[in-house]
Amino acid sequence: MIKSELVQVVADQNPHLYQRDVEHIINAILDTITEALANGDRVELRGFGAFSVKNRPARVGRNPRTGTSVSVTEKYVPFFKTGKEMRERLNAGA
Amino acid sequence: MVGGSTLIPDVEGALGMAGKTITRADLCEAVYRKVGLSRTESADLVEMVLAEIRERMIRGESVKLSSFGSFLVRSKGERIGRNPKTGEEVPISPRRVMVFKPSNVLKQRINGALAEDAQFDEDVERA
Repeated sequence: MIKSELVQVVADQNPHLYQRDVEHIINAILDTITEALANGDRVELRGFGAFSVKNRPARVGRNPRTGTSVSVTEKYVPFFKTGKEMRERLNAGA
Repeated sequence: MVGGSTLIPDVEGALGMAGKTITRADLCEAVYRKVGLSRTESADLVEMVLAEIRERMIRGESVKLSSFGSFLVRSKGERIGRNPKTGEEVPISPRRVMVFKPSNVLKQRINGALAEDAQFDEDVERA
C-alpha cells in the first residue's frame, strides 16, 4: 500500500471529508513525527510502536573496495520499535 | 521505574538529546490545528490512519509512505536462542516482525537538524 491508497481508504471511510482533507491529515501526522525526531524527541504510539533517534558516533571506516581508511562523521538515525500489541497481533495466527 | 528514577539519566539524555515524548494526543492536536476538524474527529482520524496501517501489516502487506518511510513485514525462521541469565539454549519459534525503513528524506531531515545542533554545541564549547 502506498500513501495515495491509504488516503483513498480513509477517505472512503469518511464520506463527509474531501480526499484533500484526508491527505492533509496524513501529512500532518507524518510531519509531526518527522519534526519530533528532528528535535531529538521520541514518538510513542501505544499499540503501534515507538519512533526514536539513535546516535551513531564518528568512527574510522574502511572503503571495502580499496581498504583505505576514511573517517565517518557522527550521525543520527531514526529507529522504530514495534509495539507489544502490534507484535502479538502479527503472530496471533501462528 | 520505582523511586529515585530521577538519578538515572535516560538513554536519550545520555546522548545529549531533548528527550521529550510525543504521543497520540500531540498528533491529534497537530491534525486539529492544521486541518480544522473538531478535536474528537481529529482523534478519530489519527486512530483510523494508524489502524489501517496496522491491518495491512497484519495481512502481511507493506505500507510505503513517500518521503517518510516504509513499514515492512519480515518472516523469521526458527533459530536457537539462549537465555542470557542461565545460558540455557531455547528454540525461538518462527515469527513475523515489523520493520521500519526510513526514507532518505527523513534521514536527512534528522541529520540536518541534529548535526547542526551538535556542530553548534561544539562551537559554543570551543568559544
